[in-house]
Formats: sequence, C-alpha cells, structure tokens
Amino acid sequence: MINSRFFNRSELLGFLALGVLLFLILPLSLDIFRLNLVAKYLTYAFVGIGLVLCWGYGGILSLGQGVFFGLGGYCMAMYLKLEASSVANTKIQSTPGIPDFMDWNQLTSLPFFWKPFHSFPITLLAILLVPAFFALIIGAAMFKRRVGGVYFAIITQAIAAILTILIVGQQGYTGGINGITDLRTLHGWDIRTDHAKFILYFVEVVLLFGCIVAAQFIRLTKLGRILVAMREQEDRVRFSGYSVANFKIFAFCAAAVFAAIGGAMFTLEVGFMSPSFVGIVPSIEMVIYTAVGGRMSIFGAVWGALLVNFAKTSLSESFPQLWLFGLGALFIAVVLAFPNGLSGIWADHVQPRIDRLLASRKSKSAAGMIADGAPAE
Amino acid sequence: MFGDYSISDLGAILAMQGFAGLILFSVYVLMALGLAIIFGQMGVINMAHGEFMILGAYVTWMTSNAVQHTAPWLFPGYFFIAMILAFIASGALGMLVEWALIRHLYKRPLDTLLATWGLSLILQQAYRSVFGAREVGVELPEWMMGSWQATDSIQIPINGMFVMALTILITIVVFYILFWSSWGKQVRAVVQNRVMAGAVGINTEKVDRYTFGLGCGIAGIAGSAFTMIGSTGPTAGQLYIVDTFLVVVFGGAASLFGTIASAFSISQTQSTLEFFLSGSMAKVITLLTIVAILMVRPQGLFALKVRK
Repeated sequence: MINSRFFNRSELLGFLALGVLLFLILPLSLDIFRLNLVAKYLTYAFVGIGLVLCWGYGGILSLGQGVFFGLGGYCMAMYLKLEASSVANTKIQSTPGIPDFMDWNQLTSLPFFWKPFHSFPITLLAILLVPAFFALIIGAAMFKRRVGGVYFAIITQAIAAILTILIVGQQGYTGGINGITDLRTLHGWDIRTDHAKFILYFVEVVLLFGCIVAAQFIRLTKLGRILVAMREQEDRVRFSGYSVANFKIFAFCAAAVFAAIGGAMFTLEVGFMSPSFVGIVPSIEMVIYTAVGGRMSIFGAVWGALLVNFAKTSLSESFPQLWLFGLGALFIAVVLAFPNGLSGIWADHVQPRIDRLLASRKSKSAAGMIADGAPAE
Repeated sequence: MFGDYSISDLGAILAMQGFAGLILFSVYVLMALGLAIIFGQMGVINMAHGEFMILGAYVTWMTSNAVQHTAPWLFPGYFFIAMILAFIASGALGMLVEWALIRHLYKRPLDTLLATWGLSLILQQAYRSVFGAREVGVELPEWMMGSWQATDSIQIPINGMFVMALTILITIVVFYILFWSSWGKQVRAVVQNRVMAGAVGINTEKVDRYTFGLGCGIAGIAGSAFTMIGSTGPTAGQLYIVDTFLVVVFGGAASLFGTIASAFSISQTQSTLEFFLSGSMAKVITLLTIVAILMVRPQGLFALKVRK
C-alpha cells in the first residue's frame, strides 16, 4: 500500500526524520538510563496517535485514555507478575504461587480473572481485545444515543475516576495504590537488564512506526475522510446515509487499542504499573501532549509526547516548583495561541520558508524551468 | 448486609447517614450551583472550579487566623465576614480569568476544558508555594461545635446544620438573581441567543464577565463552607471536580432545579452505601450508577425541552 500517495513529500520527510532520530541518533548518543526514559516517553506517543485519530480527526475528545493505557498496562503486568510469583519464588508466603500482594491481603487462591494471564498468547490478545471491548461498550452506549462533545469528555473522565478508585480500593485483587510491582521476566527473559532495555526500546520504536503507518492508513482511506466530515458537519454526514455512530465507535476503539499498546510497553519499560497512570490527571496529561504536538498531526503527537515529557523531566529535576506553572502556562498558551500545536507552527511558519528556499534554489540552478512548487500540506 | 441490625437501628442509621449525606449534599449543591451557572448557562467547562473553591477555603482560613490575632471578640461571627471575603476573592479572580482566558474561547467549548485545566495546575502550584503543601484546618467558634440530640440514637452536628441552612439561603439567592432580577434575565437572554441579545442592546461581554464571576464567587462560598467539615489542601479541589461535573450533567446541564435534585440523590446514595460498604466501593457504585443512567438518558434528569 505504500506508494507515492501514501505519504506526501513533507510527511515522508517527517517519517524519515523521526526514524533517523529514534533508530540512530538517540540510541547512539544516550546512555541506557536516558534511553529508557525516552522509551517511557514514547509510550505516551501511542496514546497521542490514538488521540489524533479520535480527537483531531473525529472530534471526539476522550479524557479517559488513561483507562485504556492502564488496561493494556495491567494486562501485561498481570502476566509478568504471575511469572514472577512462581511457586519457587514465593515459597515463604502462606500461599505460594500467588502474587505477594494477594498473600498480604489474605487471599488464598488466584482470582478467576487472573487465571488466563498465565498464558503469553492470551495476554497479548487481552492487551488488544480488553480495551477494545471496553471502548466498544462505552462508545456504543454513548454514540448510539448521540452523546458527544463535552458530555462525552466528562463521562470518560468519570470512568477514569471510577477505574482508579476501583483499583485502589480492591487492593487484594489489583495491588492497590502501589500497583503491580517487582516484575522480573517476560517469558523467561529478564527484562531488568540493560541489554533487555536496549532491545525493548527497539521493539517499541518498531511498534510505534507500525502504529504510525496504521493511523496514516486509517486517515487516508475513505474512513478518515468521513471522520473529518463528521467533525465538521455531523448532521450532513448522517443525512448522506452514513452511520455516524459506527464510525465514531471505530475511531474510539482504534484510539483505545493504540493506548493499550502504549500501556503494555510502559509496563515492560518501566517495570511496574500503578493506578497513578490510569486516573484523571494522567489522562488529561496525555491530551496535553497531543495538543502541544498538534492534534491534527500523527507525527506531531509523537514529538509532543517526547518534548513535553523531556521538558517535564528536566524541569522537575532542576526546578520542581516551577514545573506545574510551566505546564499550565504551556497548556493555556497552546490552546489560546496555537490550537494546532507544534505541527501547526511548523506547517504555517517553517514549511513555507523551506519550500520557498528550495524553490528559489531550484529556479536559480535551472533558470527558466518552472519550480515544482509542491503544496506544503 | 442488613443481617445484624434491628428495624429501629436501621431507622437510626438511615437517619444519621441521611444527615451525613445532607452535608455532602450541601457541598455538592454549593459547588454545583456555581458550575451549573458557568457550564449550564454559559457552556464553559471550568476545570479550575475546584481551585476557585479552594481559594475560598484559604480566604476563610486566613480570615479566621487574622480575626483570632487582632480581634478575638469578633471570632464567633468571623465566618460571615470570611464568606463575603471568599465570595469577593473568588469572584474577582473569576472575572480576571474570564477577561484573560475564557472570552477568547466561547466558540470552542472543548478548548475551555483544556485551558482551564492548565489554569488549575497553575493555581494548585500557587497555593502550594504560598500556603505550603500541608492541609490546613480552621478553628470553629464554640457555638458551632457539638451536636443536637434529636432522639436517643440520632445525633446531628451543629456545623452540619449551619452549612445546610447556608446552602438553602444561597440557593434561594441564586434563584432570585437568575430568575427574577433583570440582570438574570439578561444572563438568560445571552445564553439563549448571544447575537440577538447583543442586538437588543445587552452588553454581552459584561454579562459574560459577571456571570462567570458569580459562578466562581459561589464556588468561593462553597470553599468557605467546606472548611467547616474538612481540612483544606492545595489539591483538595481536584477531588471534587469530577463529582461536581457529574452532578451538573446528571441533573440536566441547563436546569438549576435538576442540579439540586441530582446533588441530593447522588449524595444520599453515596452516604447510605458508605455505611454498608467500604468508602471506595460506595463511590464506585454511585459513579457507575450515574454513568449508566447517563448512558440511557444522556440529557440528564431534568432537561429543558429544546427543539433541535
């Protein structure tokens, strides 16, 4: 499917630039600790790509992406935790073979919904299917009844709150506020070593590029155009005979699956999963990354996740007091002045200059020939 | 779950929990009234509403300290001064925010959500820098402490009754302002049709600014009342914001009466469940019920009949 029309010139450049940065420059220039941090930032890029599809293109603002990030992450964490709590590892517990936090909470057997996570293939399936199913239920219930916009945002936010309270409250089943910690091996492979972190980084970048291509594919097909049409004139699309609700449900499910992949990678990279990545605050932060990068640009979402998180780490390391001021101000500035984020600034101010520069050079070198003047978008 | 209680015990439990629910109800109503004006009437999603409430709480705390140190004879009545100051402080900040931020975003409601979230982060950090990260509590004057023994097994705390009386009073005032005063008529006119309202000579910008200020000011009073039943920290507002939005949405966004009805049903459900289940499960079940009902009836309990 990749042909000259799949990426236009500037998108192809963006794709290549991102590829060079993530595959060559960062792994060669950063030590493993920093590279692992980058990997952590990139997990939010998955969420961002989903948000570009459902918020930027579909106009559906979900403030509950942390739910799907968390579901993906918890599915992966449950598998890793079960592997780390083998009978041999947990023989000092009163019930060997179950995760340590269950033992502390006087559980004597594994709850039924933990059992499927003994198997690696089922875990992988669950990472994709559980969030998709969840999104399907929420989306079907809401969009079929034409709930949208603000109401959808508030209800998804409430769902994020519910899931957090539930995870924190049901300590014996979920690990409570501490989350699922002390994860060791993936299918017998130790994920805590530097070497493993290096490999996991590349696995993640490959997955990220897979998601970028998938999102680009959705965007370019008729489906993507209907999403844009829906955002602009929902009724007109409905009167043209399209089932608006089904398209919205699809976009929401796709965003959920992307977020879940990010969550699963997060668990692998960071080595634990906790409710502090599920609730309202992380969900809104994920929207911030996307808004800063540009809600209409798939690459923008990746850059936004990288840059905001980088700023967050470096600012909160050196000026912990200032970080929240900075984040708040950044957010207000982006919404007020640059609704299309960094990619909007790029497309409006940087790209035309590059084009002009290229065009003038071309016309100089081949005097008389008409500059090719390809459109910037 | 009812196994070990006799009928009269259950009655007393329901009454006491019902009353505990009424206090929660008061805080919800005060928070939600401001939000219902801002969100229901103006269509602005103010995620910083909780921070306006906390501003009111801090103002109350400062007033209580100031009165204690400079004019102890005033202490029994300091609360009324504090409430007025809280209203003024939050209202003024609200009008400033409307002028600097919100008025640019009336056509983009989802973006107000994001921008006010940024504002709430800034305010939280400002509170943390100014007042410290630790929670503060005010000292209540003596007449507010203690409780009223209604029957042998039912006790009702006096500060709770006071908060409730206050809530009823403020609700009546808000209803009066919005539905009987000429200014309220202007507000409703602007909400229904901004362009027409402007055409008949209403200064829509001014109305917007004062409406937003009023909503934030009521949040300040809510914060003032909140200090009597809990302690105040920089992030306490965030705990209530989602609940409050649900109260408003559940009641039907444009209906103030719906807001009160939904605040009542939500707080009663939660506090009654809290006695029988753990606090977190009570909250989960309450929120899930609201979300489920909203999925069936997205327009909320009391929707205005609008032809679309």
